[in-house]
Amino acid sequence: MTTALGGSAQQDAPAGSGRAGLLDQVLKIRELAIGAVLVLMLAATELDNGSFLSVQGIKDLLLNASILVLVATGQALVVITRNVDLSVGSVLGITAFAAGDILQGGGNPVLAVLAAVGLGIAFGLLNGLLVSIGQVPALVVTLGTLYIVRGVDSLWVGSREITANNLPASYSGFGHDGLWAIPYLGLLAAAVLVVAALYLRHYRSGRELYALGSSPEAARLAGVPIRRRVLTAYLLCGALAGLAGALYLARFGNVDSGTGTGYELTVVSAVVVGGVAFTGGSGSVHGAALGALLLTSINSVLPAIGVSSVWVLAIDGVLLLAAITVDRLTALRVARLLRNRAAATRSLRDHPAQTRSLRHG
Amino acid sequence: MTHSEPDGVPVLALEGVSRSFGAVRALQDVSVRLFPGEAHALAGENGAGKSTLIKTLAGVHRPDKGRVLLDGRPVVFHGPADARDAGVAVIYQEPTLFPDLSVAENLFMGRQPRRSLGRVDHAAVRSATARLFQQLGVDLDPDRPARGLSIADQQLVEIAKALSFDARVLIMDEPTAALTGSEVARLFRVVRTLLERGAAVLFISHRLEEVFALCQRVTTLRDGRLVSSEPVAGLTEDGLVRRMVGRDLDELYPKQPAELGEVALSVRRLTREGVFTDVSFDVRAGEIVGLAGLVGAGRSEVARAVFGVDRWDAGEVLVDGVALTRGAPSKAIAAGMALVPEDRRAQGLVMEMSIARNIGLTGLRATTTAGLMNRGAERDRALDWAVRLQVKFARLADTVGTLSGGNQQKVVLAKWLATGPRVLIVDEPTRGIDVGTKAEVHRLLSHLAGQGVAVLMISSDLPEILGMADRVLVMHEGRITAEIPRAEATEETVMTAATGRERSAA
Amino acid sequence: MADLTGADLTAAKAQDDVAAPPSATRRGGAAGLVRWDTVVGALLAILLLCSFGFVGDFGHTLNLSFLIGNTLPMALIALPMTMLVAAGEIDLSVGSVAGLSGAVMGSLWNAGMAIETIIPLCLLLGLVCGLVNGLLVTRLGLPSLAVTIGTMAAYRGIAQIVLGSNSVTDFLQPYLDFGSGRIPGTFLPYAAIPWAVLAVIAVLVLHATGVGRSLFAVGASAEAAWFAGIRVKRLRLSMFAATGVVSALTGVFWVLHYASARYDNATGLELSVIAAVLLGGVDFDGGKGTLGGAIAGVFLLGTLQNTMSLVDVSAQSQTVVTGVLLVVSVLGPRAGRQLARTVARRRSAGSGNAPVTSG
Repeated sequence: MTTALGGSAQQDAPAGSGRAGLLDQVLKIRELAIGAVLVLMLAATELDNGSFLSVQGIKDLLLNASILVLVATGQALVVITRNVDLSVGSVLGITAFAAGDILQGGGNPVLAVLAAVGLGIAFGLLNGLLVSIGQVPALVVTLGTLYIVRGVDSLWVGSREITANNLPASYSGFGHDGLWAIPYLGLLAAAVLVVAALYLRHYRSGRELYALGSSPEAARLAGVPIRRRVLTAYLLCGALAGLAGALYLARFGNVDSGTGTGYELTVVSAVVVGGVAFTGGSGSVHGAALGALLLTSINSVLPAIGVSSVWVLAIDGVLLLAAITVDRLTALRVARLLRNRAAATRSLRDHPAQTRSLRHG
Repeated sequence: MTHSEPDGVPVLALEGVSRSFGAVRALQDVSVRLFPGEAHALAGENGAGKSTLIKTLAGVHRPDKGRVLLDGRPVVFHGPADARDAGVAVIYQEPTLFPDLSVAENLFMGRQPRRSLGRVDHAAVRSATARLFQQLGVDLDPDRPARGLSIADQQLVEIAKALSFDARVLIMDEPTAALTGSEVARLFRVVRTLLERGAAVLFISHRLEEVFALCQRVTTLRDGRLVSSEPVAGLTEDGLVRRMVGRDLDELYPKQPAELGEVALSVRRLTREGVFTDVSFDVRAGEIVGLAGLVGAGRSEVARAVFGVDRWDAGEVLVDGVALTRGAPSKAIAAGMALVPEDRRAQGLVMEMSIARNIGLTGLRATTTAGLMNRGAERDRALDWAVRLQVKFARLADTVGTLSGGNQQKVVLAKWLATGPRVLIVDEPTRGIDVGTKAEVHRLLSHLAGQGVAVLMISSDLPEILGMADRVLVMHEGRITAEIPRAEATEETVMTAATGRERSAA
Repeated sequence: MADLTGADLTAAKAQDDVAAPPSATRRGGAAGLVRWDTVVGALLAILLLCSFGFVGDFGHTLNLSFLIGNTLPMALIALPMTMLVAAGEIDLSVGSVAGLSGAVMGSLWNAGMAIETIIPLCLLLGLVCGLVNGLLVTRLGLPSLAVTIGTMAAYRGIAQIVLGSNSVTDFLQPYLDFGSGRIPGTFLPYAAIPWAVLAVIAVLVLHATGVGRSLFAVGASAEAAWFAGIRVKRLRLSMFAATGVVSALTGVFWVLHYASARYDNATGLELSVIAAVLLGGVDFDGGKGTLGGAIAGVFLLGTLQNTMSLVDVSAQSQTVVTGVLLVVSVLGPRAGRQLARTVARRRSAGSGNAPVTSG
């Protein structure tokens, strides 16, 4: 009996690691799938329209994605903690104008970017304090700050407008140029992405973001400083929205009081399509970035293959629905698989002799 | 009282601690001293203040009055992290893990070993976890996510966590409530090893035999006050119960023989893939049928499927000869069935709603006239049943969350008895409730059977099954492996069938 | 069956008097505190009084009918939305459904169909939209927030496909009159009548029927509700369907009221509706709230916007007030409870000491 049990324990170990491997694989497959869809889509478009993937074409794709990638990275940090920040569109709008206002007044571009980031951090602080200290649902609070920031923006900006002509050429240049097909904005976004990914993967406080998103109660008992971590996530999200605002100005040159309206939904879509679960505790920033890339690429692909731009919005929506549906179905399937495997290993553990004899027979 | 305590300074102690919540005085002038190498039991009925005491030791609550002493010196824990850093590990009744993270990360969250640049050393985390599991004799993969672990395995993860920071004090709040006999034995082995290494242990259990098996000293609380603190040696179970309840207890298993009627519930070849297979049984009117088995054998799952909460894949369920629709609790209720579920806080009650509305939830049709609710009728119905079952409450409009565990369970029973069921399924009807209320629930079940109700009782408490059931069904790995009449049911016959030994011997 | 009397159960004098400590997150404790929906109602009354008193043009019949007409879309959708939020769900696609309904209305009108045929078709379309939301949520178990963010884009996108950037304005005058005219001799728009009927039905359903009771139970704990025999999925599905139909109706009203069918009609309406409903004290986590509070919230927002435009506050900056109100509406009750708890604790500590000083 004892030897049989010992034997079953040995058999069980690989089965156990197989289980974890399975989940890991599913998560990787999730990101691979988005990548594959992206590649296929771009390849098909290239076949249809030969000039699509020219150097300029690739550069445009990356340029379009960069700003969304930045904001989505920040949003992913917040969503991982089981919260959400709906105010990012408003923050992007007001910081873009702030940067433009400084530049128009002859200010230093570095100062303008720093001011935008600082303003973003201030709004992140406001959101973070309301959510962590006020203990109110993040969706409601940030819906409120969405309005507040947009309103403040309108009061301040009024009917003023910043146009590309008023900006230093070097600043606009930064928003358009790059090394060969890779725009500076893309490099910047990639750098931010890598830093955020390293932080989440390799630092205690990064892991704690996952922990408190996965189970706030367990996090409290484990001594995770919940309020401080949630605040950190919002600060980073605000900072990245601010940075994105400054870059939006560089890229598009045109900013008024309506800039960034409705952007929050695009950002949330990118994050969710990228596999960051609304329920917190799972997903990754590179997934969110892939989601952002996919969304912006679709917007470029449709006109390239001659589909009217009125289809873009509907396709975005359907894509988001498809992404969460596929996620859910996969999760259900995996759960079923785990259950059956657990049942199998259980009977293996309890009746090793029987199983063996069945195999022989 | 102090003369029999070990010499030396207690590792952790409470001295004259009081703590109130609003108008409720949860603890009044309570002192407890935990010594190295000693297992200390904390006894008391539900609502006696045990949880508050534990949470005070664990740094979750701060005392209003009195002091917490660490190595004889007063300390103030500002949160669970402070207590943990002082070497106090708490294993709560319901393990709290991060489902999305790996088991290894669960153990070391917030205190992972680090390498250069402050990065987490993932390899070290993994190997340290593997080492701990090896010490405990557990075969769990450190890389697997915590999601999907059984409660027993989750508890082992919590214990490994306690081991990992060399806890000097281990506090366990009903760790055995969801464990099987062999899992309890394994847990006790681990705890004894810790005791030998000089840890202090505070242990809470409603199963008194476990207190006697593991502990050297027992402190009893009643109504938030200290009743006694004494060595376990020389104490009897009856004596301990008297201290907890404050009087002699009536018979715990008041089963009266009942006349059996027609078959009321009939389950035919019920199967849910990967969960249970080919389950058939009958329950007659007036009969109490016990459904025994190890945790995870599929007992609750069968109950859920029979009642319609889960769908079944094959088979049928008949009430009074009429087949039920699968996956439709409303149909089962209409047919005269009721289920008192396993988890009363999540499944039995809407915790934020009032007592009246919780009881009213099963009678929305009965208390509706011409499409509109009759609030008076709803209130009367709830009051009637709350009084019959002697629920202790201040106002019917109070939320059920303010009641103690035993009274919450009575509200669940009231909610279902108010529907006048002919078939009553009770799943762990007395888990986590105090001995006094337990006897009341048993009396109630026996009475209901006497009135001709068919009762199916699931329980992990073997004495309860043996004491109450006319017939015992035993499940093992999703199948019914034995049917034992009352006369032949003993701990041994039931456990043999529950562990599946019979089958492998055959 | 079983007639139990107290004597049947030996009176175990249970020692259960000490209740479990209230957890810090429990809502709605602190008895004696004024209910939030009452506070909102009072605020609305004060605002109305001030507006009548100090803002010259406010009391004009024309202005009042503008106020109500402009608030009606919000007020309409708030009815089913309150029930949805009470049941623990949310629908962000309502504005898009209204837009889609308007776009379809416009293109069918262009195709020469009679308005009597168009309106039922639009309502049917709303039902389908609501069912799609509801089926995705209930059958697949997806979070309603994610689903309706998706359908919000999808429905709006379909509206864009249907009507492009055109706008249809040549509806027959009698219909437009219904949308913008008022009952002779009063300041009430015609459309206020169907709204009032719907509001009465909604109040009765939510607060005086078993359906309403079940909705709150589902919102507070879906699992416990399912175990109590409530058909959770069907209930949620029907709420999504109702929200879809009412949103489509709102879209029709919008077209007639503003005499213009465009794909971007009612953009952003979802946020104002949700803001108003939450402002009215409906708990975002489900399980709590009243329709009265939600309606008060809607008209508080509507009146505030109207008054502010009268005193020349720009429309854009009015959103600051909306946002602040929203944040206050969730922070206020919590802060109040926290305060009440602290006071209660201090008082009980005080009474604990009292005997010592007297003795």
